[in-house]
Amino acid sequence: MATQEVPLNETLAHLKTESETLKSKLEEERAKLHDVELHQVAEKVEGLGQFVMKTRRTLKGHGNKVLCMDWCKDKRRIVSSSQDGKVIVWDAFTTNKEHAVTMPCTWVMACAYAPSGCAVACGGLDNKCSVYPLSLDKNENLAAKKKSVAMHTNYLSACSFTNSDMQILTSSGDGTCALWDVESGQLLQSFHGHAADVLCLDLAPSETGNTFVSGGCDKKANVWDMRSGQCIQSFETHESDINSVRYYPSGDAFASGSDDATCRLYDLRADREVAIYSKDSIIFGVSSVDFSLSGRLLFGGYNDYTINVWDVLKGTRVSILFGHENRVSTLRVSPDGTAFCTGSWDHTLRIWA
Amino acid sequence: MSTTNNIAQARKLVEQLRIEAGIERIKVKQQFSAMLVNVSKAAADLMSYCEQHARSDPLLVGVPTSENPFKDKKPCIIL
Repeated sequence: MATQEVPLNETLAHLKTESETLKSKLEEERAKLHDVELHQVAEKVEGLGQFVMKTRRTLKGHGNKVLCMDWCKDKRRIVSSSQDGKVIVWDAFTTNKEHAVTMPCTWVMACAYAPSGCAVACGGLDNKCSVYPLSLDKNENLAAKKKSVAMHTNYLSACSFTNSDMQILTSSGDGTCALWDVESGQLLQSFHGHAADVLCLDLAPSETGNTFVSGGCDKKANVWDMRSGQCIQSFETHESDINSVRYYPSGDAFASGSDDATCRLYDLRADREVAIYSKDSIIFGVSSVDFSLSGRLLFGGYNDYTINVWDVLKGTRVSILFGHENRVSTLRVSPDGTAFCTGSWDHTLRIWA
Repeated sequence: MSTTNNIAQARKLVEQLRIEAGIERIKVKQQFSAMLVNVSKAAADLMSYCEQHARSDPLLVGVPTSENPFKDKKPCIIL
């Protein structure tokens, strides 16, 4: 037994030293490039005026906490999922429910609309991601056509179709992300590197190539190459779980929202955090973030029931929105940027504009 | 003191460190191939993107009621 231990301890010590040396080399190089802060550069930019954003629609129909939502590319339909296992497709203009499906599990934490608008994907405590083709026939039983695509060994926290209906990217409480072929259910690539549950992911805007970012309970945000499965960049400045990550519209940066009550902006080419969006008065975690179309505004949904709107460049808060009667759990800006939708533990979704 | 538990834990730790070392190696490689930009350049690019697209950002500049499908002129009805 003693002979087995010694090589193991040596390897451990060796790897630890190597890791520490590389980390300090990295910090040295990074520090050289940190010549100025984003908000300093943005001092010459014109300030933003007053914003009047109100709830324009309230979508009622879920019987329990709304956990996730996604917009359809047609800019009017929305899919949402909740704790009671229901997945509903709404027409946000009219607030009518177009489809409803009951999942065989509770806590459906993830849902996504297919780019074609013809299917939705969802999953949660069942550890799977299933795809439901949407039929034009209202009487058709959606559950009958269900296709099981992803299989993880713990809960599904997030899912997203790639550029087509053919592939889905998932993240899970089992600490991994994975890319799947929808038709065959085959695992195309898996992404290992997080040391704890992965809570969120976002695909880079299509012009910037095949990468995506994920955030987890290990306080890390990792950027991955989809083809090789390699983690190409990693950021660890948050002080708690990262609940949401979203790419800046140009693809050169991404924002994150965390239980540490801050949102942060990371620039990929500078390879560092370039802004923190926080206030002493904000002490509750951020559940979800998204950018306005130009990237100037960052919307954050918080566990204190509010939505804070931040000036991305100057780092200041431009507005605080009230309306939900419980935690805001999910937030997405519409594809054409005319509105954003929030989902809450108060069982409703709200459209703001 | 060399219980099977300790060995299993140590193996897990070694694995995690291997993954971390792998990630660090890739990052250092990238850095030394001078792909990085300094913050002032990165910030300038973010600002210029915002500026270029500001006019077509409905939530930023606001669109008239007639053009935003969510802002209708008639009052809301509670069903």
